[in-house]
Amino acid sequence: MFQEKNPVQFSGASKYVLDDELAQIVNISMALEMPLLLKGEPGTGKTMLAHAIAENLKMPLLILNVKSSMKLLEALYQYDTLTRLNDSRFGDSKRDVSNIEAYIKMGKIGQAFTASTKTVLLIDEIDKADTDFQDDMLDVLDQMQFDIIEIDKTIQAKHRPVIIITSNAKKDLSDPFLGRCNFHHIAFPDPDMMRRILDVHFPDQSSEVLNACIETFYRMRDIRGVEKKPATRELINWIRALKADPDFKPKSLTKGVPYLGVLFKKSGDMSIVSQSLNRMRF
Amino acid sequence: MFVQFFYTLRERGIPITPTSFLRLHKALRLGLITSIEDFYTAARSILIKSERYFDLYDQIFAHHFKGVDLKDPETVELREVARALLEEWLKHPAQIAAALGVDEKQLKKMTPEELLQYFMDRLKDQTGEHHGGNKWIGTGGTSPVGHSGYHPGGMRVGGVSRSKSAIKVAMERRYRDYSLDGPITEAQMGEALKRLRRMVPHGPKDVVNVDKTIYETMRNAGEVEIVFDRRLTDRLKIILMIDNGGWSMDPYIDIVQTLFNYARSQFKDLKIYYFHNSIYTHVWADPSRRYKPEPVDEFIRKDPETRLIIVGDASMAPSELMHRNGAIYFDQREVVPSIDRLKFLAAVFRHAVWLNPQAEEEWHYTWTIGVIEQIFPMFELSLDGLEKAVKQLMARH
Repeated sequence: MFQEKNPVQFSGASKYVLDDELAQIVNISMALEMPLLLKGEPGTGKTMLAHAIAENLKMPLLILNVKSSMKLLEALYQYDTLTRLNDSRFGDSKRDVSNIEAYIKMGKIGQAFTASTKTVLLIDEIDKADTDFQDDMLDVLDQMQFDIIEIDKTIQAKHRPVIIITSNAKKDLSDPFLGRCNFHHIAFPDPDMMRRILDVHFPDQSSEVLNACIETFYRMRDIRGVEKKPATRELINWIRALKADPDFKPKSLTKGVPYLGVLFKKSGDMSIVSQSLNRMRF
Repeated sequence: MFVQFFYTLRERGIPITPTSFLRLHKALRLGLITSIEDFYTAARSILIKSERYFDLYDQIFAHHFKGVDLKDPETVELREVARALLEEWLKHPAQIAAALGVDEKQLKKMTPEELLQYFMDRLKDQTGEHHGGNKWIGTGGTSPVGHSGYHPGGMRVGGVSRSKSAIKVAMERRYRDYSLDGPITEAQMGEALKRLRRMVPHGPKDVVNVDKTIYETMRNAGEVEIVFDRRLTDRLKIILMIDNGGWSMDPYIDIVQTLFNYARSQFKDLKIYYFHNSIYTHVWADPSRRYKPEPVDEFIRKDPETRLIIVGDASMAPSELMHRNGAIYFDQREVVPSIDRLKFLAAVFRHAVWLNPQAEEEWHYTWTIGVIEQIFPMFELSLDGLEKAVKQLMARH
């Protein structure tokens, strides 16, 4: 049914620095037609990966942002009863009120199934929803079909989407869920990798500045007691802020760190960091 | 193929299903895996479902494909302890020598390797017999913030790795920091306590109830009749009672504080009380247990739907719990023994749990824990225990 014998290979995208290990895992998951579950600290590029895959394989990207109150049905389809009620009462639309199908709207999973091309489906932050949602969703993704009870119709996926699922939680997802996914944990990039990421984002920046920034950044990440550690996103924004500052010199980073607020977003963290930075300065 | 590898992984406690093992073979058959490096990543992503097992996987992989020794957990621990001891020795030679009961000069002659070996042997000898001594060394070495290379929350995991062979990567044990044990963080606690809430309709009626609207419209013969409902908000009441007295709770201050901070920021209707060892006539609303006493009898007026969470090690002298004049402060005059107070609280609040920061294996050493366990469902103050406690608190009964 889904035997498309063209092993499309994923190899990175313009704004995403990919390590080979992850590329291999993505390719295996695509070949095995299994969802890939990504875990890792916020800011390690879990969501970005799906964007990169979509860009690289030239497939449309559908994003399902999971919310805590979400029901599986919302992700599949919605029967727009209110519009139908309105139409039947006032009758001023072109839709045929007796045809329920006209009032069925596809959710993100439904869209991925009915799309005319192969798509990348990103299910973002699955851990927010409750366990039932997770298990039921995996059933749907496993069988690649679901029923619309209102019109007694089965929606069958035309093309099996490439499914990427992300989770922030340290807590484990349920066993049946895990059993149906491939798993990868994205670690926080080490300084070398970070350098490559920054090179992609700031191609015209001198390496002296970037190295100084990276060094300071990792030193600050190591400070004990910080609750929310700055991630890649914060680092990039911070360097942007530094670039915008005409007075900034890379050497001054050893004396004091400007724009701490870009990196640390909790007031408690701010005070811990500025204290220990004061101590570090000699 | 690789059946032995599969069983070694299972034996070492990684939950791997046969299905996933078959899936790995499917990947092999599809020709996706051409080298041992590919096999390393593919097998990991297909078989291992949590980063906590990555470290163990690395060890087993290195063992299986390279013949690296798979260490018994116990030896590893001993070695870490011995290494910590060595560092300690470099700082205070006299103390260590005295503690081990050996001549300082004799130890000074040894090379670091010899010393390490010597400590190892000493530690092995001591198991069982010299409990006091062993324990002292143990606490020095395995403390979570000690110098055994442990960085809480920190990571030293590399992102790019392909210039090395898979076995080398595996031998590096990059994922050590994710192994099962580690201090509990506020974020993890939040995860565990997320389900602790009770949604009730509250506030203005501003949400359209679609089903009712349609029903009412039909009854109205098609004339639209919109029905509004109140929004659901969290109205869970929680009482947290913390044992903050006595040295027996000292080791757990950090974890209790994390719980406390989280609870205070998360729950809107939260009351916190303090007690020492066990509950007598009063609990206190101030941590110093002096200014704001609250009679326990008064608790009968509170909403019985309130969730009661007691945090304490439940360890005390039996008389403190059972005897009428058991309270450890001599000016405290009691009418009933503490155990009746606990029973009273358990009767008032149907949803109550006791969280014990001590490890569950150690509970049976303390008699009072066993008694209290029969009054309150007791759970370990760990991620796992918290989750079970939440389940107990939210159960309908």
